[in-house]
Amino acid sequence: MCGIVGLHLKTERHRESLGRLLSPMLDCLETRGPDSAGLAIYAEPVPEGFFRYSVRIDELDPAADTKAEVATLALELSQDLGSTVTCERIRPDGAVLIASDQVEAVTSRLAERRPDATVVGFGRHIEVVKDVGRPRDICRRHEIENRTGYQGVGHTRMATESAVTTDHSHPFAPNADLALVHNGSFSNHATVRRRLAQQGINCVTDNDSEVAARLIGREIDSGATLETALKTVGRDMDGFYTLLVTTGREFAVVRDSFACKPLVVAETDEYVAVTSEYIAMTSLPGIELARVFEPTPGEIHVWER
Amino acid sequence: MGTVTDTAPESGVSSSVELDCAAMSTREVNAALHALPAGSRVRILNPRGRHNLAVALDQELEIEIAGHAGYFIGGLCDGPSIEVDGFVGWSLAENLMSGTVRVRGNASECCGATAHGGLIVVHGDTSSRAGISLKGAELAVGGDVGHMSGFMAQAGTILIGGNAGDALGDSLYEAVIYVAGSIASLGSDAQVEDLTEEDVARVRSLVERAGFDHVSPENVTRVASAKHLYNFDALKEQKY
Repeated sequence: MCGIVGLHLKTERHRESLGRLLSPMLDCLETRGPDSAGLAIYAEPVPEGFFRYSVRIDELDPAADTKAEVATLALELSQDLGSTVTCERIRPDGAVLIASDQVEAVTSRLAERRPDATVVGFGRHIEVVKDVGRPRDICRRHEIENRTGYQGVGHTRMATESAVTTDHSHPFAPNADLALVHNGSFSNHATVRRRLAQQGINCVTDNDSEVAARLIGREIDSGATLETALKTVGRDMDGFYTLLVTTGREFAVVRDSFACKPLVVAETDEYVAVTSEYIAMTSLPGIELARVFEPTPGEIHVWER
Repeated sequence: MGTVTDTAPESGVSSSVELDCAAMSTREVNAALHALPAGSRVRILNPRGRHNLAVALDQELEIEIAGHAGYFIGGLCDGPSIEVDGFVGWSLAENLMSGTVRVRGNASECCGATAHGGLIVVHGDTSSRAGISLKGAELAVGGDVGHMSGFMAQAGTILIGGNAGDALGDSLYEAVIYVAGSIASLGSDAQVEDLTEEDVARVRSLVERAGFDHVSPENVTRVASAKHLYNFDALKEQKY
C-alpha cells in the first residue's frame, strides 16, 4: 500500500502556499505509507539553457559549513563545465543547483567531483525530494511548507516490491521535469526493465515503479504526449497501479483496468487535487464546493497548464 | 475525551447525543457509540472523510453522520440504523449483519462487501465491485454501479436503479441482481432471466424501503447465475 497526493493549481492563487497545502495532505496519508516519502514541486522555470538539479550528497561533512561545501562544489563544476553553476537552495540532504541543461555533462562532472552525489530530479521547473522516514518528519526536515509553485506531487511509501532506501522512494524523475508516483505493484517489471536496457535505458534501482517512469520517459523522448505514454504503460506493463505523472505542463492520473488501487479527484476553479483517500484533501480550501469523483478503470485524465 | 453533548430528550425516545469528530479520535467516537443504550439517537459531526465510523455496533441506535465519510462506514454492524448525509469511501457496511445503512451521496468501491444481512441503500452511484461476495443482505443503489458489481455474490439481493458497468454478476451464486437501466456487459456465468411475479414483489418491497421513486419494479432486468461455473454436486445438500 502507498499514498499519493497531487495538487495542480489552475490560477495564481495559492501558489505562495503550495507547500503549506501539500504537507498536511502527505502527512494524512502516513497510514498508507510510513516508511518513506517524497515530493516533486514545480515552480517558475530557470532560464532557458539551464536546469534545476536536485542533488543528494550522502557524505556532507556534518562538522563543516554545508553552504561553503556546496559553494565550492558549484565553483568546481562551473570550471569543469565552462558555464555558470549556482546554488539555489541548500537542503539537509544536499542542494538544488542551477546548471547547464546538458544533463550528461553535468552528471558526469558531478560524479567526478562528488562520487557520493546523486541527481534525484532535474528540469527547468522541478525540484525533487526523496527521503526515508515519516512524511511529517520529511516535510519538516526539508521545510516543504515554505515551498511555492504551481504544481506538486507527493508519495508515502509502504514498500512491497523492493528495499526501503532513499533511492527506492518516490517520486521517480528520470527525465527533465517528469515525475511519477505509484500506488500498486507491477508484476512484469523485470521483463520491461530488460527490454529498456536493450534500448540503452537503464534503471538505477530494482524498484518496479522506476521501470514505469523510464518507460514513460522513453515515450515522451520519442515525442509522445503524456496521455499516449500512459496508454503505453497500460499496454506494456502488467499489474496493479494508480499513477500520478506530471511534466512541466501536464498533470495526469490513471488507474489499472481493475481499479485495484484507490484515487479521488477534486476539481475547483482554482485547483485539481488528487489523493488516494478523500480524507487527505479535506484540509484544502474550498474542498466543500469541489467536484469530487473517482477515475474509472483505465480512464486517463490529463490537466494542462 | 472530546465533545459528547446530551441534548434534551424527546418524549418516549432516548436522549439524543452529538459526537464531534473535530474533537474526538475515531476510537473515542466508536467507544462512545458502543456505550450508548439501545434506542439512542446520535449525530456524528464533522466526519470530513474519517474512516471506520460507527463500526461493529450491536445495539439498535439511530446514527446520522453529518457529512462525507471514509472507508468501512457501518462495517460489521448488527442492529443500528445509520445514515450518511454525504458520500463515503471504500467498503461501506462491509460484513453488515443486520440494520440499515443509508448513504445520501455516492459510495466508492466494494460497497456492501460480504454483507450477511440488513439493508444497504446508496442514493447516488457506487463504483467498482458493489455487493462483492454478498452473503444475504439487500443492497439498493439508486444510481449507477461500477464494473465487477455482484462479483461472486452468494446470497441476497442487489437492486441497481441506474446503469451497471462491465462484468456484472461475474461468478454469481444464489444472489439475484435487478437492474433498472442498461448493463454494459455481463460477467462470466451471469445471465438475464425472465422476471417473475415473485421478483416484482421482491423489487417493489426493496424500492419502497429504499425510498426510490425512479424505479418501476415491473421494468427491471433480472440477472442470476447460469450455473455453468457454479457446480457443487459433490457438496449436494451441504451448506457452503
